[in-house]
Amino acid sequence: MATAGWQRRMAWVLGAVAVVGPLAAPNDYWIGVMARICLYATLALGLNIVVGFAGLLDLGYVAFFGIGSYLYAFLASTHFGLHLPFLLAVPIVVVLTAFSGILIGAPTLRLRGDYLAIVTLGFGEITYLLLINLDRPVNITGGPSGIIGIDPPAVAGFALSRNTQYYYLFLAALALTLLASGRLRRSRIGWAWQAIREDELAARAMGINTTVAKLQAFAIGASFAGIGGSFLASWQRSVFPENFLFTESINILAMVILGGMGNLLGVVMGATLLVSLPEVFRDLQRYRLLVFGLMLMVLMVFRPEGLLTLQGRHDEEAEPGA
Amino acid sequence: MAGVLAILPQQIVFGLALGTVYGLVALGYTMVYGVLFMINFAHGEIFMIGAYVGWWVLALLLKAQVGALHPAWVVPLMLLHAMLFAGLLGVGLERFAYRPLYLRGATRLGPLISAIGASIFLQNAVMLSQGARMKVYMTSLLFPRTWRIQIAGASVSLLVIVMIVVAGLMMWGLHLLVQRTKLGRSIRAVAEDREMATIMGVNVRRVIAVTFFLGSALGGAGGVLVGLYYTQIDFFMGYSAGLKAFTAAVLGGIGNIRGAMLGGLILGLVESLAVTFMNPAYKDVVAFVILIVVLVFRPMGLLGENVAEREKV
Repeated sequence: MATAGWQRRMAWVLGAVAVVGPLAAPNDYWIGVMARICLYATLALGLNIVVGFAGLLDLGYVAFFGIGSYLYAFLASTHFGLHLPFLLAVPIVVVLTAFSGILIGAPTLRLRGDYLAIVTLGFGEITYLLLINLDRPVNITGGPSGIIGIDPPAVAGFALSRNTQYYYLFLAALALTLLASGRLRRSRIGWAWQAIREDELAARAMGINTTVAKLQAFAIGASFAGIGGSFLASWQRSVFPENFLFTESINILAMVILGGMGNLLGVVMGATLLVSLPEVFRDLQRYRLLVFGLMLMVLMVFRPEGLLTLQGRHDEEAEPGA
Repeated sequence: MAGVLAILPQQIVFGLALGTVYGLVALGYTMVYGVLFMINFAHGEIFMIGAYVGWWVLALLLKAQVGALHPAWVVPLMLLHAMLFAGLLGVGLERFAYRPLYLRGATRLGPLISAIGASIFLQNAVMLSQGARMKVYMTSLLFPRTWRIQIAGASVSLLVIVMIVVAGLMMWGLHLLVQRTKLGRSIRAVAEDREMATIMGVNVRRVIAVTFFLGSALGGAGGVLVGLYYTQIDFFMGYSAGLKAFTAAVLGGIGNIRGAMLGGLILGLVESLAVTFMNPAYKDVVAFVILIVVLVFRPMGLLGENVAEREKV
């Protein structure tokens, strides 16, 4: 049992709604919003593995999103003249992004909670600065003007072009990552992560190889960002450094926290709320971040465990040691 | 190479000026970390708001047309207001965003996320109330460009000397406060062992609030000095300045007051020299790389953490 009974039933209902959703959408724009919800939910699930499962506060998750997007752009665009097919490019991107997760994760293994947060933030900033500056002396990233002319996903000669098609692609990926997350959490690795989150010292004493487990969390979390990154690049048909600012890391983190760290349904709900609410309150766009910051504070003060709690479970508390 | 050598003294002076201010702002991180073991992520925003308060004082003085503005009284006035406002803001933040969490005994993640929320909130509150466009400090009215002296081949403006002196005096004052007074002793006691301090009759909540006031006030002063120096401020300035000041605090050994000053100076110098020798676009990368390298290889910083050893790994 991954979730309490009602949450499982709710997940089925939401899944059914998601499948028929585009039929009820008022226009193409809203289908685009729904596609973005799926995209961000995938990213949030990736971060959830690092933050929610393993308890490693990563403030630079957007780095992996950026790396994934740019790698896809390198492999399938006019930029380097490479045009790998979608079904080949995405797995390559996912593997390479997972590898970047290990690279960035490795130096941080010894760090305590808040130091880890700052170092990952530093890596996020460095990634952004590299993306924006690596157009000289050799043009790698296209600098501030990014990379354009990225290939759309094409499967067996059929290229995606409409938002509805992207939506179903993203929804399928979301379903896959959800399934993978659920499986992972109940696997040996998943238990190891949760043990580290609760008490690292105790986990090590129990014979868990914390180094390997943490690197696995970083790699798998990053691989989800690789999926999200390739999808973003192929959907936008372009990538820019500005897509991968620190605020984006915080945005994704807030999705994880809002719903309830470690709770899969909660994370998806968090992504849904944080993507769709700004659309609903378009006129209040200016106040979006103000409310957002306030929300993080209020949530931490009054409901640190997020909106959805796991009350049916005695073996898990959202606020370890509270 | 000769060209580089010629501007070297100048860059060192810039580095010193910047470094003392980084140190001043770093003190806020270090003091709060000392008593609460949390990174006050919103400290950069307090610094930024200090810069805005200083700007308003100057702007109101200009508007009131009080006559000739002499830095000897205008700068202290700006600093005083900025420090008071920033200090009170820090106390308010502590009261509403952090205290409920530490009283509950929340883990490290909670306070940090709350602090990030506070940081985003303050940034946007300033943007919405003051406008997104940058504001210009009328520094040239206070410090005419002709007020310069020559030291060892570098032309140093009076402003830079004022910055170094003000920041130095404040650090010295803080040092005396922490080492020589009763209040300082209780701050050190809380940093050492909060529970034991409570048992010994220290009012821990009050000490933590006072620590926030002091650290934030110094951050606000740093904001005014940076505003005067760079002459342009905006609502986003606290983000990178905060990160750098935090780097300085970590570099010297977080929780260690002298370490923060040393870390600030080193970071300021390294940064201004890096601009001399390499592509300025990577200036910020230098600071982040220093931060990462220090945290990974010497997490206790150069002078070591002055706080008692932690029970948690």
